[in-house]
Amino acid sequence: MELFRLTIAEAAGLISKNELAPLALTESVIGRIGALDSRVGAYITVTKDIAMEQAGRLSAGSRGNNPLYGIPMAVKDNMCVKGVRTTCASKILENFIPPYESTVTNKLQEAGYCLTGKTNLDEFAMGSSTENSGFFTTKNPWDISRAPGGSSGGSAAAVAADMCIAAIGSDTGGSIRQPASFCGVVGLKPTYGLVSRFGLVAFASSLDQIGPITKTVEDAAIVLNAIAGGDNRDSTSVHDAIPDYTASLSGDLNSLNLHGLKVGIPEEYFIDGMDREVEAAVRAAIEEMKRLGAEVVSIKLPHTAYAVAAYYIIATSEASSNLARYDGVKYGMRAAGSDLIGTYMETRAKGFGQEVKRRIMLGTYALSSGYYDAYYKKAQQVRTLIKRDFDEVFKYVDVIATPTSPTTAFKIGEKADDPLQMYLSDIFTISVNLAGAPAISIPCGFDSGGLPVGFQLIGRHFGEATILKAAHAYERAAGWYKRRPSI
Amino acid sequence: MKTGSDYETYETVIGLEIHAQMKTSSKMFCGCPTTFGEEPNTQTCPVCIGMPGVLPVINKLALEFTIKTGVALGCKISPFSRFARKNYFYPDLPKGYQISQYELPICEGGFVMLNVDGAERRINLTRIHMEEDAGKNIHEGAGSFSYVDLNRAGVPLMEIVSEPDIKTPKEAAAYVRKIRTVLRYLDVCDGNMDEGSLRCDANVSLRPQGVKELGVKTEIKNINSFKFIEKALEYEIQRQTRVLNEGGRIIQETRLWNTTAGITESMRSKEEAHDYRYFPEPDLVPLIADKDMIERIRKQIPELPDEKIQRFISEYKLPAYDADLLAAERHTAAWFEETVSLGANPKDVSNWMMGELMRLLNEKGIAIEASVLRPAHLNGLIKLVSDGTINLKTAKTVFEDMFNTGKTAEEVVKEKGLVQISDVGELEKTVEVVITENPNETARYKAGETKLTGFFVGEVMKKTKGKANPKAVNEILRRLLG
Repeated sequence: MELFRLTIAEAAGLISKNELAPLALTESVIGRIGALDSRVGAYITVTKDIAMEQAGRLSAGSRGNNPLYGIPMAVKDNMCVKGVRTTCASKILENFIPPYESTVTNKLQEAGYCLTGKTNLDEFAMGSSTENSGFFTTKNPWDISRAPGGSSGGSAAAVAADMCIAAIGSDTGGSIRQPASFCGVVGLKPTYGLVSRFGLVAFASSLDQIGPITKTVEDAAIVLNAIAGGDNRDSTSVHDAIPDYTASLSGDLNSLNLHGLKVGIPEEYFIDGMDREVEAAVRAAIEEMKRLGAEVVSIKLPHTAYAVAAYYIIATSEASSNLARYDGVKYGMRAAGSDLIGTYMETRAKGFGQEVKRRIMLGTYALSSGYYDAYYKKAQQVRTLIKRDFDEVFKYVDVIATPTSPTTAFKIGEKADDPLQMYLSDIFTISVNLAGAPAISIPCGFDSGGLPVGFQLIGRHFGEATILKAAHAYERAAGWYKRRPSI
Repeated sequence: MKTGSDYETYETVIGLEIHAQMKTSSKMFCGCPTTFGEEPNTQTCPVCIGMPGVLPVINKLALEFTIKTGVALGCKISPFSRFARKNYFYPDLPKGYQISQYELPICEGGFVMLNVDGAERRINLTRIHMEEDAGKNIHEGAGSFSYVDLNRAGVPLMEIVSEPDIKTPKEAAAYVRKIRTVLRYLDVCDGNMDEGSLRCDANVSLRPQGVKELGVKTEIKNINSFKFIEKALEYEIQRQTRVLNEGGRIIQETRLWNTTAGITESMRSKEEAHDYRYFPEPDLVPLIADKDMIERIRKQIPELPDEKIQRFISEYKLPAYDADLLAAERHTAAWFEETVSLGANPKDVSNWMMGELMRLLNEKGIAIEASVLRPAHLNGLIKLVSDGTINLKTAKTVFEDMFNTGKTAEEVVKEKGLVQISDVGELEKTVEVVITENPNETARYKAGETKLTGFFVGEVMKKTKGKANPKAVNEILRRLLG
């Protein structure tokens, strides 16, 4: 048996029955990384020793009821793991080793995960392809000439290529869902505030959210169970009781249905210029949901057209401030100049890549005296309207179904010189971050080139249980999750 | 040629920004201690040194302290306020932004009343907001680099902003003193300007008498002692007057008070001013101050100095001067009232406190609440004086003894045999000896030079080691010499 192919649910079942030793599973995954990652480039740092040590310490008796016990998982390299280099794929943090642990990895550690390593991303999570990584570009396991999406491209590629059983990503404008879609895996962006951001290196604080990238919807629910919940160290986290997200997923295949579920289809999301094969696959998925008993209605999200503009003002404004701390004074890279200002300029000129600089400049401009009202403030007003669009629609529907991205995975280099084109690959995911709502991307077929297509289900705030249930029923009925890349 | 004294032809307009470090044990957004004077960078954690991925969490006590101050100063407490980021680069600012409040501060409005040279003055406040302090850059040694100490980074501050209602340097100093007194009464700031826990920036402008529009202002920073508030303002007013009188224009700029040279110096012009790019802090949720919370805090507010002064005047019949002095510090006022509650005459207590007690506390650098001399000591001493056991002169030496040793007045008097001699027979003998020994003075006295009474009393005191009851001695003298 190729253990690395297992899902969390499958591995947990075997471990609980003492039919699988965590160490064997971890060894298998580490072996897979050794065999494949030179071609895929999913990991910035492979923490083989940590994973083996963690797996070796686990014993069957102490598993309790913990499905992540002994599960090898990868973490996007913008989340701090104590003592492990955390780079954000930036030269400016190339050798930064945090002396503290993010809340999410702390929870995973308590659940018994084995850390396989830190995955590649676009520098500071700014991008949609990992091409903005300060180190290298991750390849899509379905076609290594293509991008895995981004910014959590390393995590998505690692899951797709079985170089971990599951992974953690972060999503500011689609950074979990778009790469999940490109790599044919499941990606969940939880409601803003459901998962603590403590230890997640900030890109845009009011939009960033951590979530799972997994092989199945059930696995996403298992990981969400472990990482959700209020945190005293994150004032924006919400201290409500957390339900068991796996509870609504049980039941045999024949009993899974979507009776009583009202699905809204926003026509604004089926735009001109969208890949026809993507549209066809998504429309087929909607038909499948109907067949499962869902009621499908057409809805309007009238402010969708303004989402990308508002997003790029808010996100860059926050980023310009969040990234001010990388000044060469306290930690990270320092390129000494002739004086203080010179050191600031040299450090930031050499430490940051093009896209990061572009966004810092955009954000600095948008917040400048005299421009604040026209840009930042206006964008926040638009954000409120977008959130109201969703609030209004969710009075009538339970979930909203859309494509995750307008295209399947593009060629590496294809959009690298056209930031605007690149920004548009997040056009369907960005509104969700602005609204703070939860959304999941699940595979819904393949284009004629054999590349996976993703389909997005958006839920009400804290409605993760509903979208997970719907996604699970669809996933099991459609069966796309069974197809894996042949890398 | 015109001189500095011509500034009276202009009206001075001053507004002050007071930064008060709050007396919380932990920092504004993390759990680090706020202890002053520790080894550099030992009072720090990933949050206050701005490491990647960490998040601020509001210190609830700092919020309560600010609300408390706002309520005490008559501010409107905003039910909804929020933090904002003030962005600028400096090595002592680890995140590259300071978390402060901008559009929606926690307290708005408010005022303080001042009494300057007998005139009542109302100084209105614009706002009070919370923010975090920055660290400190240290420039020492010959090297071409500086050091950064982040112990102070993240210490909670209140910024108290006045309206431009202040008209003279003297009023400005009185205003800062008043704010300091209130902060100390509320126990929210220790008010120590030397350690920088109370700092003050001043905005100063001049306008011709009778003109309504404000003149161009300068901001003076680095006024770090009470002594310098008046000096720095006086200097700046004279400087601006001189510029205007010479036909020049005031440039809007930030100026630094140079303590050594006693002048203000240009630091940066308006054109060089930072664009702070304020925006709402996305890592913190808006602050909600509900009525219950405000009421709960209001109940914790003690009697404030203004009310206390009035009460001391009416209840204890103290002169306004005494009441002012005694109420200036919470602990002093409490000490006074405790002594009076033991039965002592209020004016006697006030005299002792404003005289001997303040003198000794200042000399020894001891805080009143830390002194071994307690209200019961003073009460005991006053009793011994009023019942004639000791005279006032002896009482002063007893007081100092009590202050140094913590012994009671009775103990000191007993140990040193200081009981006053009031026995008429015994005193008569001594007076007779003095008369015999000083025939010249006796003759002059009898010839009408009655002011020599003091000389005879003094001689008697010498012989009795100061223990003679002066009243009795006077009577005997009048009888024997008259």
